[in-house]
Amino acid sequence: MALKIVKGSIDRMFDKNLQDLVRGIRNHKEDEAKYISTCIDEIKQELKQDNIAVKANAVCKLTYLQMLGYDVSWAAFNIVEVMSSSKFTYKRIGYLAASQCFHESTDVIMLTTNQIRKDLSSPNQYDTGVALTGLSCFVTPDLARDLANDIMTLMSHTKPYIRKKAVLIMYKVFLKYPESLRPAFPRLKEKLEDPDPGVQSAAVNVICELARRNPKNYLSLAPLFFKLMTSSTNNWVLIKIIKLFGALTPLEPRLGKKLIEPLTNLIHRKIHIFSSHKMLCSQSHLIVSLSRIAVLISLSSGMPNHSASIQVMKYLGLLAMSKILKTHPKSVQSHKDLILQCLDDKDESIRLRALDLLYGMVSKKNLMEIVKKLMLHVDKAEGTTYRDELLTKIIDICSQSNYQYITNFEWYISILVELTRLEGTRHGHLIASQMLDVAIRVRAIRVFAVAQMATLLDNAHLLTGNMQRMGICEVLYAAAWICGEFSEHLENPMQTLEAMLRPKVATLPGHIQAVYVQNAAKLFATVLKNQEGNTDSTAAQETSQLMIDRLPLFVQSANLEVQERASCILQLVKYIQKLQQKDVEVAEEVCALFAGELNPVAPKAQKKVPVPEGLDLDAWINEPPSESESEDEQPKAIFAKEEPKHSRPRHTEVDEKELARRREARKQEQANNPFYIKASPSSQKAYQEAPGVEHIPVVQIDLSVPLKVPGLPMSDQYVKLEEERRQKERADKKKKEKKKRKEKRSGRGRKHDSGPESEEDITPAHMVDIVTEEMPEVHRSCLNITMNLKGNARTNMISAKKSSKHKKKKQKKEKEEKEKKKKKKHHHHHHHSDGGGEESVQNGTVEEEEPLPVSVYDIQGNLQDGSQVVVSVIFENKCDSFLKSMEFNVLDSLNSKLQRPEGSGPHDGLTVPFQLPPGVSNEARFVFTVQSIVMPQKLKGTLTFIVKDSSTHEKLDFKLHFTCTSYLITTPCYSDAFAKLLESGDLKCSSVRLEGVIMPFHHLLARICFHHHFSVVERIDSCASMYSRSIQGHHVCLLVKTSGQTVSIDAKCDEPTLLGNVLDEIKQTFSQC
Amino acid sequence: MQFMLLFSRQGKLRLQKWYVPLSDKEKKKITRELVQTVLARKPKMCSFLEWRDLKIVYKRYASLYFCCAIEDQDNELITLEIIHRYVELLDKYFGSVCELDIIFNFEKAYFILDEFLLGGEAQETSKKNVLKAIEQADLLQELNAFNVN
Repeated sequence: MALKIVKGSIDRMFDKNLQDLVRGIRNHKEDEAKYISTCIDEIKQELKQDNIAVKANAVCKLTYLQMLGYDVSWAAFNIVEVMSSSKFTYKRIGYLAASQCFHESTDVIMLTTNQIRKDLSSPNQYDTGVALTGLSCFVTPDLARDLANDIMTLMSHTKPYIRKKAVLIMYKVFLKYPESLRPAFPRLKEKLEDPDPGVQSAAVNVICELARRNPKNYLSLAPLFFKLMTSSTNNWVLIKIIKLFGALTPLEPRLGKKLIEPLTNLIHRKIHIFSSHKMLCSQSHLIVSLSRIAVLISLSSGMPNHSASIQVMKYLGLLAMSKILKTHPKSVQSHKDLILQCLDDKDESIRLRALDLLYGMVSKKNLMEIVKKLMLHVDKAEGTTYRDELLTKIIDICSQSNYQYITNFEWYISILVELTRLEGTRHGHLIASQMLDVAIRVRAIRVFAVAQMATLLDNAHLLTGNMQRMGICEVLYAAAWICGEFSEHLENPMQTLEAMLRPKVATLPGHIQAVYVQNAAKLFATVLKNQEGNTDSTAAQETSQLMIDRLPLFVQSANLEVQERASCILQLVKYIQKLQQKDVEVAEEVCALFAGELNPVAPKAQKKVPVPEGLDLDAWINEPPSESESEDEQPKAIFAKEEPKHSRPRHTEVDEKELARRREARKQEQANNPFYIKASPSSQKAYQEAPGVEHIPVVQIDLSVPLKVPGLPMSDQYVKLEEERRQKERADKKKKEKKKRKEKRSGRGRKHDSGPESEEDITPAHMVDIVTEEMPEVHRSCLNITMNLKGNARTNMISAKKSSKHKKKKQKKEKEEKEKKKKKKHHHHHHHSDGGGEESVQNGTVEEEEPLPVSVYDIQGNLQDGSQVVVSVIFENKCDSFLKSMEFNVLDSLNSKLQRPEGSGPHDGLTVPFQLPPGVSNEARFVFTVQSIVMPQKLKGTLTFIVKDSSTHEKLDFKLHFTCTSYLITTPCYSDAFAKLLESGDLKCSSVRLEGVIMPFHHLLARICFHHHFSVVERIDSCASMYSRSIQGHHVCLLVKTSGQTVSIDAKCDEPTLLGNVLDEIKQTFSQC
Repeated sequence: MQFMLLFSRQGKLRLQKWYVPLSDKEKKKITRELVQTVLARKPKMCSFLEWRDLKIVYKRYASLYFCCAIEDQDNELITLEIIHRYVELLDKYFGSVCELDIIFNFEKAYFILDEFLLGGEAQETSKKNVLKAIEQADLLQELNAFNVN
């Protein structure tokens, strides 16, 4: 025995320790792998010995090797052995090795549970300390579950050293084992007021991280944190608290206002004392008006030179701006030049941030210029990631808000075509979808688009030339489809047809080949039609022969879709050929195969299809499967429509408590069901792997010849053209101005005042097709409403008189014919696109002074900015005279103000940026700022305009009705969140009863959802809970019950006035029907 | 914080600490990729870069790069401050630290990091407290060693 010990220590003397190993590795630079493999053999020998010191030394060396990238998982058990040593020296090494080498799938972790538990309760605080530290790295759900209680006890340990570690590790435990949160939370909250600052900051840390994942639950802690923020002097803690408030303010707008003062104090104090910028970054997460300060600081210090710390500031400034852009687009837009300047920065991180901001910078005027700049960057950019980012940004910027800023679609198509020349991009499909979208929706562009696409198809070999460019061949999909579908615009369809049937096509991906085949058939039809017009019938037969020669290639395709289409079309062409040989004219019939236009359909279009009368979508088609016997004594009663009262009143008893109870029961059931994946708010964030493409090392090929597709126009030409056009327009205008001055009255067209070129002066070269009006739901959430204003003759007369008096112009003649003029106004609710984020929408109804005959309207929208509202008005000229110089003016109230351009007085009207020829309609948008949203209000306004023939001013009065409902945004709400909201007790209650409502319950609900922007949270028989949120974040909860013809609505809201008004409006909705 | 890496200008990893459970293969891949990206950046560029869905905050001290990965909403500047604080701690502990100190005493470097950060969050903001804890643990270790011999 004694010999063994002696032998052990002698061995140890000859063993290498860590330092020797490191030195050895450094000395064997040439044959490192070989040296290490001998070392590993030695280590294996050492691990076999009984001496724990030797083992610990071996494990220590293994930890080092693990870092160098060698696999040491085979030693996991030895690590556990060393961990369980009673000596701190070895335990420390063991835990370190475990924390470095173990991960969730290491199976020996199961063996450690008891050892860790023992260490946690060790009298030595450092034993406990290493155990906690180690555990934080390899905690698994099982360990978390088994040890949660032990760690919770440690949170009240006498030593702050242990307390602080225990508090921090609880966060990891919560992530792995969410059930532990509830029992541990009171204690965690207690630690916020721990006497030791370290423990306190640990608790702040944990709660802050938790709150980020699910802020709602932590609103109640706001006062406590507010106190901490104003009293704490620890900057680390302050930053965390500010971050926490950043998560809370969106939920509780009042908090934001309260925070402004202490935060500004903090900034002023810290800026000089503390290394300042630290704070700024967290503040940018806040959505309060602090933003301006951040902008100022980031810019004043951001620009002049290029040292690294300045770069840091620049980056943070841009980051802050992108946060601000969402809420205060205006304040960021004023820094456009600086941001464009940042695009030229050498640092990719900064360029990427600047790119993000560009989205909010563009306008009709500068879009071309900005995109041109970006295209230059695309050419210069090295590295596919940045280039792809640029590409998506260009497309994002151009297509935002339904191509709002694009004035010339030819230019846009050329840009898209130029983008196809990018090497190795992954975004071919994005470009393709843009091409399709534009070609389908902008009718006027089709001729041009088709020509471009034909060239693309012709030059397809350039796109598919090398394998790296495979991503881009998606555009051929679009090109082929566009050429086929709009083949009537093709200049030389025969050539395109040949291009599409080249043998090379067979190397393209299957779905593209399929489109090729189908569209070759369409082209074939067009070609036949052209050729049959001629006298020479052989040409047509040759075309058929071409098809018959080439199609078999596709019939052999491995892709089923290609095969099917090809063989189908091949048979068809063979048949056609037979007919041709008999001199039968077939072109007409072949064309008929592809007749008719394909129109785009918005994804949400189904919603607009009214449910046919008498169709009950909720009714069972077959017998419902029998559920538990307690569910219903007479299952057939569900169908007994004659006696609905039997089943209904029984359920109206279901109150909120009952709902909550059911919810609880369901949760319980889910919790016990091992197959139910819980949607816990703190679900662990799995490490996401980005798509593999990124990791494929891309070899840059140096191409001396630019990859230009011959025959394609450069987008730059359009920029020049556009400039010329604008210049010409400007010149024209000036000429006219002069004329105007001379003649006192302009003879034709122009109505604009001179002055700086305004945004609206840029007349689009192409309008997006009207078809698209149905589309925008993709981009904007809007709904339009029609609101017919039979603005009748009488009103017009009255207003005309008024205005003539007002203007003191020459006596106005009553023109009977003009009385025919009617104004029809539509209201659109628009997503305010500049906002970048979700913006609101408002509905307003335009009323004439006369009682409103019909007003059907509806609003949908989302909004984060609680103060801005956009009203869109469609003006339609119903008379036969030309209308010009329209001015839109609204009398501001204290609460709502029309936003006017800077420099104009509070009573000035806004010029409507267009004039209306007879029978034409156009839309204008006006932004209002609203302060309080709890009361409905009506704004009075006037529209003045000049009827060209008479050149007199006319006036039309109207009212804008801002209902409370229009401030609500349909917001989905989950039933558990809803239950919590109700339990929170912050909400005031109110209720209303509606009598004599004869409509099915689901119609009733649909009506409330539709007209008042609620969403159904849960529906149980004749009882439903509904939820909505105001643009300023008030929660509105409804519980709707029905029995017979009586509907009772119990409502809760944190703003009683708003609630009262909304209920009144609901009542009114139902009284009208 | 998701993980922290220390590597030399030659791209040799000197220290790694992962606060998210990942397999060795993934760790290696991430390390290789990041070392490459960070080393490719010029000295006068800012300390942040966006990488996958994470933000990388790095700073160079002499020949060593300290590199942390944080989530999108995390504060970049406080991460820079954490890196700096860690360097200060190493400096105090080793007495003007150099790369070799970290290579040969890498377990000490880990112990210091573990006292300073836990589970990716700063656990102790006071330098004095961190060093005190380390010293006492070292003392305990020496006592142990003494008892054995």
